[in-house]
Amino acid sequence: MVTAIKKGNLHVVRLVVNGEEHAALVKSNTTLLDLLREEFDYTGTKKGCELGDCGACTVLMDGKTVNSCLVLAVEANGHTVTTIEGLERNGELDRLQEEFINQAAVQCGYCSPGMILSAKALLVRNPHPSEREVREAIGGNLCRCTGYVRIVKAILAAAEANS
Amino acid sequence: MSETSTKDFSVIGKSVPKIDARDKVTGRAKYAGDLKVPGMLIGKILRSPHAHARILNINTSKAMELPGVAAVITARDVPSTFYGISPARYDETILAIEKVLQVGDKVAAVAAVDEETAVKALALIDVEYEVLPAVLDPLRAMDEGQPQVHPQYERNISVEIHQDFGDVEKAFRESYVVRTDCFQGNRATHVPMEPHAAISKWENGKLTIWSSSQSPHYFQYHISRVFGLKMGDVRVIKAFVGGGFGGKLEPSAAEYVSAALAMKTGRPVKIVFDRKEVFFHNRGRHAQHIELTTGVTKEGKILGVHAKFIIDGGSYTSLGIASAYYAGAMLPLIYDFDHFKFDGLRVHTNLPSCAAQRGHGAPQPRFAFESQLDMIAKELGMDPIEIRKVNARQPNTTTLNDLKVNSCEFTACLDKATEISDWAGKKGKLPPGQGIGIGCGGFITGAGYPIYRTRLPHASAVIKISEQGDTATLYIGAVDIGQGSDTILAQMAAEAVGINYEDVRIVSADTETTPHDFGAYASRQTLMSGHAVKQAGDEIRRQIIELAADLLEANAADVDIDRRVVFVKGSPEKTLTFENVANEFFIRKGPLVGKGSYAPPKLGGKFKGAAVGTSPAYSFAAQISQVEVDEETGQVMVTKVWDVHDCGTVINPSLLHGQVEGALFMGMGEAMYEQVVFDDKGKPLNANLGEYRVPTALDVPEVISELVDSYEPAGPWGVKEVGEGATLPTMGSYANAIYDAIGVRLYDLPLTPEKVWRAIQDRKKLL
Repeated sequence: MVTAIKKGNLHVVRLVVNGEEHAALVKSNTTLLDLLREEFDYTGTKKGCELGDCGACTVLMDGKTVNSCLVLAVEANGHTVTTIEGLERNGELDRLQEEFINQAAVQCGYCSPGMILSAKALLVRNPHPSEREVREAIGGNLCRCTGYVRIVKAILAAAEANS
Repeated sequence: MSETSTKDFSVIGKSVPKIDARDKVTGRAKYAGDLKVPGMLIGKILRSPHAHARILNINTSKAMELPGVAAVITARDVPSTFYGISPARYDETILAIEKVLQVGDKVAAVAAVDEETAVKALALIDVEYEVLPAVLDPLRAMDEGQPQVHPQYERNISVEIHQDFGDVEKAFRESYVVRTDCFQGNRATHVPMEPHAAISKWENGKLTIWSSSQSPHYFQYHISRVFGLKMGDVRVIKAFVGGGFGGKLEPSAAEYVSAALAMKTGRPVKIVFDRKEVFFHNRGRHAQHIELTTGVTKEGKILGVHAKFIIDGGSYTSLGIASAYYAGAMLPLIYDFDHFKFDGLRVHTNLPSCAAQRGHGAPQPRFAFESQLDMIAKELGMDPIEIRKVNARQPNTTTLNDLKVNSCEFTACLDKATEISDWAGKKGKLPPGQGIGIGCGGFITGAGYPIYRTRLPHASAVIKISEQGDTATLYIGAVDIGQGSDTILAQMAAEAVGINYEDVRIVSADTETTPHDFGAYASRQTLMSGHAVKQAGDEIRRQIIELAADLLEANAADVDIDRRVVFVKGSPEKTLTFENVANEFFIRKGPLVGKGSYAPPKLGGKFKGAAVGTSPAYSFAAQISQVEVDEETGQVMVTKVWDVHDCGTVINPSLLHGQVEGALFMGMGEAMYEQVVFDDKGKPLNANLGEYRVPTALDVPEVISELVDSYEPAGPWGVKEVGEGATLPTMGSYANAIYDAIGVRLYDLPLTPEKVWRAIQDRKKLL
């Protein structure tokens, strides 16, 4: 891990978010979630519990899912972070995003960013997951609207499109 | 599952993508907590650590001195007007005036430059309390000598209900089987993924609030009343809402306190609840203690029902009066019987307030009824489906409590559920430890009366066609909280006008720019807001046809519109585009606008409480569940659930089934896991999402959602309810399936492994 440079009570952190270099002065107790939302305005990363229970704040750090509410901003120093805003490329949606729309997997949408990123990490490491593996991958992302029925369908449909 | 329609519509009946889905999957959708207003401060609320205490003194001087703090307020700094949402029971204030009534009650508040400073300032507020004995047990709350939660509610009685229809004693005398059973419900709560949030701005005597709201109208009404402002000087704008389920129907401290702080500081103030505060605010399911007596004939015909409830209302009234009435009012809906007695008592305790949650008041009584009906069927040697069919409500009937039912395909639901679940092949034939059970339900399609007395229509809409005629904008007060009302109302607008779904834009749920609507509760919008949209669309269609007839030199009666083509019936060569006609309309006459509004007809009887349960239309549903029980551990695994819903015409099949799946899932959580628990001082022990257990993707069964053909004459295009009805049957169907699997009857929700295991041990002792 690259150690963040300390300046008085603040630390300088540098990280790549959605392919762009970002730097900020943060406090020791600033979370990655607050850094993303408040400093960089990536508000697609949602705050649901601040305890790592709900998964609404899930982002990818070096390709792996983390609850950004449980990661300190200084810990993200030198790392690469992908938020939901980073999945769309040149106006083109990621296949997962498309399938969430096609399969009506989105209701209130508050869990959708975290859900899609958990699914993204799954499909990168396992392009053809079973339904059980999909359910395990999103087991830490709570949804209160859908009963997960269409979310699981959407992820499986996106995996299907991989083949 | 059929997700394409066979009906002859152009736009409705199709699973078009949600109008806001792209914004939601890309992270562009802004919820209230995501918004930033220039100059904005962060507000935080100091909450009571005690369940019941007198506030002796509050010292805010140290907090005020903290750099970065803009304001610290207590009850002295804000209006002392009592508020609530049940008329004549306003008993809550912005900040506690003399006493706190629950852990988490609102004591003081801070506005500061950032969250950290605000939290630090809260810690510097010094409050001196005199701790009072608390009322924590709803079954003893009404006893003599118990502490009083509110001085005005003697013996802590929030509402006492006695309704008596027919002669239930006589019915019981004439019955072949009469059973009395006691059931206990749980204190479940909504858990919207988005915590409540609001930003208030006070500028030139006008208050603007961006809010996570199920009803900007009720928010505007109550907030203007509390602050003594004209309704026109309060603007409530719904941001994207991350789920409500009943918990965001009334303004919370997020709105009241942020507004007070904005007025005090002159700067915009944002308040976002943390998860614990969502549990403190609550307004979730009342835990109901139910004693149910039912008498039936030898043939299984229900003659009479006597239902007694004691329900735990918690600290404030909120919408709890209606919840208490709903407990009994919905019982006579799905089965037809003539004699009914309903005794209800809602009591106050020093616990968080309970109010409306998906299925409002009705799911726990339905659990009791469906469980008991199975017990009665067993005594009679009848199949559980058969006893339900004997009693199933028929179309065009009126319940004993004067609820008028038009369409009703309940029997068809039962038949279809029986068939698709292979009930006949499974009931009594599954291997040991496996079982199958049924539960049913029915629900209103919008309440017949608004929550406060007013003659306003329930819904209204304006559609405006652009000058070029290429797009239409629907302005509507209806509230999309994720269920998809923006989408289905846009579909309806397109259908009514004769254009495509993609042509419709929507501006919704803003009290200043959209016409009045009561909002998202009681499963009302598809029918009520839908009526207003249809009327508005029809008006535009009429105006286009009139002008087109002129331009085409045809008879208006022969002109029609379909998907942007304006044509003369029988003369295929005589067509115009919608754009041309609409554009010509604007040139000749100015804006092309249509408007509509809807109010239900006068509904219901004349007895006290008769308004509760009234609705223009009712849905019906049958649910069959299959379970596997591990008798060693008491673990229940629900393997598959079949839901068959009678919901009238379908506007968007994918969204509709999504509602059924979600409602069923909420019923499942309440049936199996969910319960807020407290210590002996009234402090919640699991006010977080780790210990308040909601189902994950690994917990939910396979769900098969099916429909029956149905047309509701009171709804536009024949629509009726879907959002809440599927929550009702689940608890009973699970309990009945567990009984079928292992012969153990559970009376207390949730049906946890511990309770199943203990019931198994108790049965072993009896053997």
